Amino acid sequence: MSYLLFQVSFVAYVLAMTVYLVFFFTQKKYVRGLARKLFFAAALLHTANIIARLVEAGHTPITSVHEVISFFAWSIAWCYLSFRWRYTVKNFGTFSSILVVLLMLVSALAPHAILPLSQTQHSWLFPVHASLAIVADAFLALACIGGLMYLLQERELKQKRFGFFYSRLPSLESLDKLNQHCLSIGFTLMTIAMFTGYIWARRIWGGRNWHWDPKIIWAMITWFLYAALMHQRFTMGWRGRRAAIVTIVAFMAVLLTLVFLFRGVHGHGA
Amino acid sequence: MARDTIVLLGVNHKTTPLAVREKMALASGYEQPLADLRRLDCLEECFLLSTCNRVEVLFTCKEPDLARRRVLDMLFAGSVSREEVSGCIYQHRDEEAVRHLFLVASSLDSMIVGESQILGQLKEAYRFASEKKTSGMVLNKLLHKSFSVAKRVRTETRIGASAVSISYAAVELGKKIFGDLKGKRVMLVGAGEMAELAAEHLVGQGVAEVIVANRTFERAVKLAGCYHGRAIALAELVEQLQHVDIIVSSTGAPDLILTRNDVAPVMRKRRYQPLFFIDIAVPRDLDPAINEIDNVYLYDIDDLNNVVEMNKSERDKEAVKATRIVDEETLKFCGWLENMEVTPTIIEMRSMADQICRDELGRTLGRFDSLTAKERKSLEKMAASICSKMLHHPIRYLKTDHPCVDQQKRVEVVRALFNLDRDGSDGP
Repeated sequence: MSYLLFQVSFVAYVLAMTVYLVFFFTQKKYVRGLARKLFFAAALLHTANIIARLVEAGHTPITSVHEVISFFAWSIAWCYLSFRWRYTVKNFGTFSSILVVLLMLVSALAPHAILPLSQTQHSWLFPVHASLAIVADAFLALACIGGLMYLLQERELKQKRFGFFYSRLPSLESLDKLNQHCLSIGFTLMTIAMFTGYIWARRIWGGRNWHWDPKIIWAMITWFLYAALMHQRFTMGWRGRRAAIVTIVAFMAVLLTLVFLFRGVHGHGA
Repeated sequence: MARDTIVLLGVNHKTTPLAVREKMALASGYEQPLADLRRLDCLEECFLLSTCNRVEVLFTCKEPDLARRRVLDMLFAGSVSREEVSGCIYQHRDEEAVRHLFLVASSLDSMIVGESQILGQLKEAYRFASEKKTSGMVLNKLLHKSFSVAKRVRTETRIGASAVSISYAAVELGKKIFGDLKGKRVMLVGAGEMAELAAEHLVGQGVAEVIVANRTFERAVKLAGCYHGRAIALAELVEQLQHVDIIVSSTGAPDLILTRNDVAPVMRKRRYQPLFFIDIAVPRDLDPAINEIDNVYLYDIDDLNNVVEMNKSERDKEAVKATRIVDEETLKFCGWLENMEVTPTIIEMRSMADQICRDELGRTLGRFDSLTAKERKSLEKMAASICSKMLHHPIRYLKTDHPCVDQQKRVEVVRALFNLDRDGSDGP
């Protein structure tokens, strides 16, 4: 049942992305309205999928690779929608929907059997820690997309050659605002997630609360990168190109952390 | 009895150098000059428009030449010599005056063709004229018509939508950088015509403040006054970079006035908020290396021209279309104007009465077969004399001078009573 919902929502995301791409090339307004509706419908279906899976599994569905990536895609979709509700950033939907579809694809390829919870995951802290971390990553992913869009647009403006992207991308200011908005939320959630992770680790490992584990190290590096960026942003007023580049680099660290997630301490036989 | 002549006197950016225009501009607002003009008994109605780019006086009168002399003396005697005024002023009468006003309203006569600010300025000026009651039936109708012509041009052509000039291109770029220009601060370096042009366009976009820096401070103060801005000395330039967002540079200086090393340290102080430099001076005022600084964008006149070139041909097409609309509306207005005289009104009234007479007679006489030719004749005669008796007093009312209602008003009343403008060309 839940897997059927997953497939349906995947198809709906692909449709939404296609329509968004049509809008991106033709720039016809009525196409965008359709794309938005499709994307919203897909996000709703995806929500139903996750709830169904929660009921089937009896625990928060963030244990297998399939579930984690799917949850990640779901968070990005809703973060995008929450952002869309407050600000308009031209053609942001196109880029976001592509990312969501890519993640859904990865998730679909991973084995989708429901895994039982391991010993350590029985704590109530586990779903809190994991879902917070994933939602934080979703905001950071959006910030990264915004950063890429910023660099594309900035290049056209600096080189004074107005090509394909000039008319299709939003203003630099709105992209910078997007960066700030997503970073502030993403970084806050990430900090809380790290804190809950710390408490959880203390509970299971007792006094020995520091592991030289690549996943944890990368998470720390990522956190310091974002912390440095936030610090520079608020005290020095860093923005624009520099902020965009750091956002993209830091997100690469997030992705690395995710890769280690499926191997290190958090691996599920440990 | 002849109708009043519509006369339009004016100077604009095409005919008059800025130095003279400045002196002629009605710096004290509309109220005083309008009150002065009202006292001139050779004028029937009058209207004034004064912007940074133009001064226009529109009035109706019986003796145009006398009125012209009096009006010019009254408005400009204190500031500019008579010879200078007559050297640069243009004069349009009747149809030409109507056409000119329509061109101005629809922004075809503007420095930046298609800009929308002029319509607002025109409406503002009209508000003063109607509050002071210096405009009467003809000018009210004419100005209202000019607003609707401007609207028609705006909706039926794309004159306002396409990139119309370098300043427009600058605004477009600014929007890609800042998103919205509302609340941004603009600094003009050099107070020439080009700077003014750019400022006009930016102010139209709702920028918060205009700061003017110029070699001669006096000139800076004057230009700043046009936009309720503030003037600074050229020496304060670098310091001010911290507080502005858009810099338009157009000085005649032979060397660079800002280099990369001037701008780079400022960025830290302004917390890396974007700076947008527009260099429209030839030779250039700004160091091209400024563009290499993060969050700083520098465009010189060639870069902007590239943007403008992209849709130049389309703009020309739109201007032709817009002029056609103006011509069409001018003809329509002149048609209305001609009807506003006594003689055509009397003729129309009579022909209307004749028509009714004929219709009714035809209908009645058709039902009587037994009438002799003589009886028929006398019936027709009776109907005709009823008509002319009915029309006798209205015609006298039109023809004879009345102590308290002027002729134009009387024509209007009679035309309304007899519904002579029923063809839809709306009465006032």
